[in-house]
Amino acid sequence: METKAKIRQFFERSLQRTDLPDDENIFAAGLVNSLFAMQLVLFVESEFGFSTDNDDLVIDNFSSINAIASLVDRKLGVTA
Amino acid sequence: MDMDLTPQQKDARAAYHAFVDQHIVPHADRFDLEERIPTELISAMAKEGYLGAVVPEAFGGSPIDMISYGLLAEELGRGSSSVNALLTVHSMCSFAIARWGTTEQKERWLSRMAQGQMIGAFALTEVHAGSDAKSVETEAVPTADGYVLNGRKRWITFGQIANLFLVFGKCEGQLMIFFVERSNPGVSVVPISGMLGSRASMLGEVRLENCHIAKEDVIARAGFGFASVLASVLDIGRYTVACNCVGIGQACLDASLAYTSTRKQFGVLLKEHQLIQQMIANMLTNLNAARLLTQRAGYLKEINDPRMIMETMIAKYFASTMANKAANDAVQIHGANGVSSDYPVQRFLRDARIQEIIEGSSQIQQMTIAKYSYQQ
Ligand SMILES: Cc1cc2nc3c(=O)[nH]c(=O)nc-3n(C[C@H](O)[C@H](O)[C@H](O)COP(=O)(O)OP(=O)(O)OC[C@H]3O[C@@H](n4cnc5c(N)ncnc54)[C@H](O)[C@@H]3O)c2cc1C
Repeated sequence: METKAKIRQFFERSLQRTDLPDDENIFAAGLVNSLFAMQLVLFVESEFGFSTDNDDLVIDNFSSINAIASLVDRKLGVTA
Repeated sequence: MDMDLTPQQKDARAAYHAFVDQHIVPHADRFDLEERIPTELISAMAKEGYLGAVVPEAFGGSPIDMISYGLLAEELGRGSSSVNALLTVHSMCSFAIARWGTTEQKERWLSRMAQGQMIGAFALTEVHAGSDAKSVETEAVPTADGYVLNGRKRWITFGQIANLFLVFGKCEGQLMIFFVERSNPGVSVVPISGMLGSRASMLGEVRLENCHIAKEDVIARAGFGFASVLASVLDIGRYTVACNCVGIGQACLDASLAYTSTRKQFGVLLKEHQLIQQMIANMLTNLNAARLLTQRAGYLKEINDPRMIMETMIAKYFASTMANKAANDAVQIHGANGVSSDYPVQRFLRDARIQEIIEGSSQIQQMTIAKYSYQQ
């Protein structure tokens, strides 16, 4: 499954949103709390096989499907 | 999930069990009475590597897998919840550094923490901010080279002896987490005594008065960073408390089995009475269920599964209510002896009571678990 599809599937299950556009800011929509933030970090780490550090924990890296996909690409050294 | 412990985990559990039987069980009532644990015990725990259980080897730690860590907390809890409280807060602080700290922070503190030369503590709660952590009033004002902190932190476990505090405060309206060393001239600690339970966990009120810290002494910045660091640190604390509760449950069961096998009433041993058997049966059943929940949470941590956060919360909620039921029944089974200082079950009951309040009260957990139910 491609990166964005995996992220979308995670959001569908945990936020019960099936229609989430790739660029929708999930934080602006008020969909998340602190437990969800950590679940999201753990999901990204375990699904894509890298570990995040403190500098990665900025909202811009996790705010949308697109943002997470580009963090994954950066972390895994994928060039566009 | 493999439901059995590995041979290494079984060996580790046997070693923790022996340590607790030697160093804690015979003295735990005294610790409770004196409201302190001796420094020799802290040194012995450090020598065994318990204080470096979540610290990487590269920084002087003795890291163990998360199921073994749970077994350690369970065994310590079987001996004394107050002693386990040291593992809880010290591990929360060292985990925060190991998981999220900068290289400089790791080099500065971790090896001393793993060796027990520094004790870590967690300072969130205030007079007006308990369950609602967002309402903390401790203020951090930015300066040219750092921050100035002012505020008071209440009920801080091992606050009396801790050298490093994880401090929650607000900076320009945003929540952040800072490191504050005890040696900072802006820090003072007022001991708190006379609690119902967890009496030897040396609580303190930590006062921060014009406390200057460097700008590097930050572990969680506002927003997403704060949320993630907080959730992961509370998670390890909650797991330690959940396992502690399993230890309390085991201690209650052990005490009840021994007592009902020697005490006779109406011409037979207590264990022959069916209403006593009912309490024993419920104690063992609920204990087994709580242990399974905590071990599952430990397994999910080991594989870094995102479900770990909620499954740990479920384990902590269940195990803390289990410990209260078990301790209540253990006291009942012991009759008047159960409420006298000659038997430890009264301590188990007082300690169990604390577990439903700390690391997220049962009500807060119920609300969060209910929300999670709809995500499944
Ligand atoms: C022995 C001990 C050790 C501790 N150690 C530490 C420590 O090391 N560091 C630290 O920071 N803190 C520590 N604490 C504080 C502890 O974390 C808090 O007591 C806990 O978070 C609850 O806060 P509170 O006591 O202010 O209760 P409150 O938040 O005032 O809650 C009072 C009651 O109201 C309920 N309640 C609150 N909000 C809701 C709601 N929305 N819906 C339904 N019910 C609600 C609660 O469940 C509780 O029953 C310790 C406390 C104790 C007793």
